Amino acid sequence: MLALLLRDLRLATRAGGGFGLSLAFFLIVTVLVPLGVGPEGGTLALIAPGVLWVGALLACLLSLDRIFALDREDGSLDLLATAPLPLEGLVTVKALAHWLTTGLPLTLVAPVLAVLLNLPPAGYGPLTLSLLIGTPALSFIGAFGAALTVGLKRGGLLLSLLVLPLYIPTLIFGAETARRGAEGLASETPLLLLAGITLGAVAILPFAAAAAIRVNLR
Amino acid sequence: MSIWEYANPKRFMQTSSWVLPWVTGLAAMALVTGLTWGFFLTPDDYRQGSTVKIIYIHVPAAMMAINCWAMMLVTSLVWLIRRHHVSVLAAKAAAPIGMTMTLIALFTGAIWGQPMWGTWWAWDPRLTSFLILFLFYLGYIALWEAVEDPDTAADLTSVLCLVGSVFALLSRYAVLFWNQGLHQGASLSLDREEHVADVFAYPLWLTIAGFVLFFVALVLFRTRTEIRARRLRALEARERMA
Amino acid sequence: MVELGKYAGTVLGAYGVSIALLLGLIGMSFRSSARIRRQLEAQEKRMGRHG
Repeated sequence: MLALLLRDLRLATRAGGGFGLSLAFFLIVTVLVPLGVGPEGGTLALIAPGVLWVGALLACLLSLDRIFALDREDGSLDLLATAPLPLEGLVTVKALAHWLTTGLPLTLVAPVLAVLLNLPPAGYGPLTLSLLIGTPALSFIGAFGAALTVGLKRGGLLLSLLVLPLYIPTLIFGAETARRGAEGLASETPLLLLAGITLGAVAILPFAAAAAIRVNLR
Repeated sequence: MSIWEYANPKRFMQTSSWVLPWVTGLAAMALVTGLTWGFFLTPDDYRQGSTVKIIYIHVPAAMMAINCWAMMLVTSLVWLIRRHHVSVLAAKAAAPIGMTMTLIALFTGAIWGQPMWGTWWAWDPRLTSFLILFLFYLGYIALWEAVEDPDTAADLTSVLCLVGSVFALLSRYAVLFWNQGLHQGASLSLDREEHVADVFAYPLWLTIAGFVLFFVALVLFRTRTEIRARRLRALEARERMA
Repeated sequence: MVELGKYAGTVLGAYGVSIALLLGLIGMSFRSSARIRRQLEAQEKRMGRHG
């Protein structure tokens, strides 16, 4: 399992692996929003938590189809499926690698980008914490979506149509945590609910994703 | 004699061909009577005026939108567990109906909300949940369309339906957490406080029955189409093999 | 005719939209049903067997 994780990390960080792509996308979204809504500091501070969460979510979506598609193309997915490692474990490792190369970097740059959006000082802690806790759910839900569409030739658009509705609860609780934090309110309740969603997704979705992969490899 | 006999497509076709006219007739009767009663014979509400008549479409459509997803969940489970083709084809046949019901509930709600709440749309929990439900129907139907092999499509959409149900439910409560609403409570709950008045309730029950029967009739009809389509594919495949 | 008052447009609009959507759904179902049935009959005739 560890070898697989390292392999995926190496593939992702190598040139053409799309590692920097989602970070660049996140940056562009955060730059575009003030250009769209105007430079007024108060407005930006108000929408900053939501914009950062939506931006992180879309950036995460961008790299989802790579989770299984590349392995499917060169046939290594078939090999991995027949390996002694259960398919559920494979999905978990893949989703974890996706999180390490997408979710975690996004979480780390979010506070920097928050400066651009004039986020109130009280909001930095809750924002980072909510992203740290919430982005694993995004990766695991995304892995499930990627598993559903792995057999399709043009699955990219369909993947976003399938995955985005599933992201809604995560987005709501994550952005709510960040927003309450920025307004100086107590943000424990949405944070706990967010953690619940993440744990639930990590526990259950690998099984659903593995089932979908089995169907697609049949 | 058990329900599983209808898992045989031939059995299903035979039975549904004589059940269908009856259900259709009953649905038409209930809908025509209920809507006529509601539209012509009920008084105006003292606050809502004549807009109260929209309830006879809005509430049944909203109920069917949710019930349809529940039915799809059950039939998907039956497919995954017992591999009966008719079951998953019924889910496929039902999805567009559920989507239409969701749209009707959203549209009638918006049209009613404009004079009553002073806005077409508000990010109220119930409204938002319905919009999300609409997205789930969209994704489910899109997945059916995208996958070529029918059995693969059936498996994938069934898994999506299961996972989607969990997340749809989560979204429902997440949305409730996110915003408190304008929407009135349950129209027909057992709690007398939020219940609509009896004058409006009787025709409403009738239209609900009508919508349920209409749904059943249309699902049967569309499932028959799906079974024929499946048979057509099988015959074509056999011809190519020969 | 029933008196709808100042909300006539609202009520009729809601009924109109709903009925149009339902009729559209029914029409779509009938169209696809007729098409599949036609194709199936043609196919069965071509293959010269039933059952």
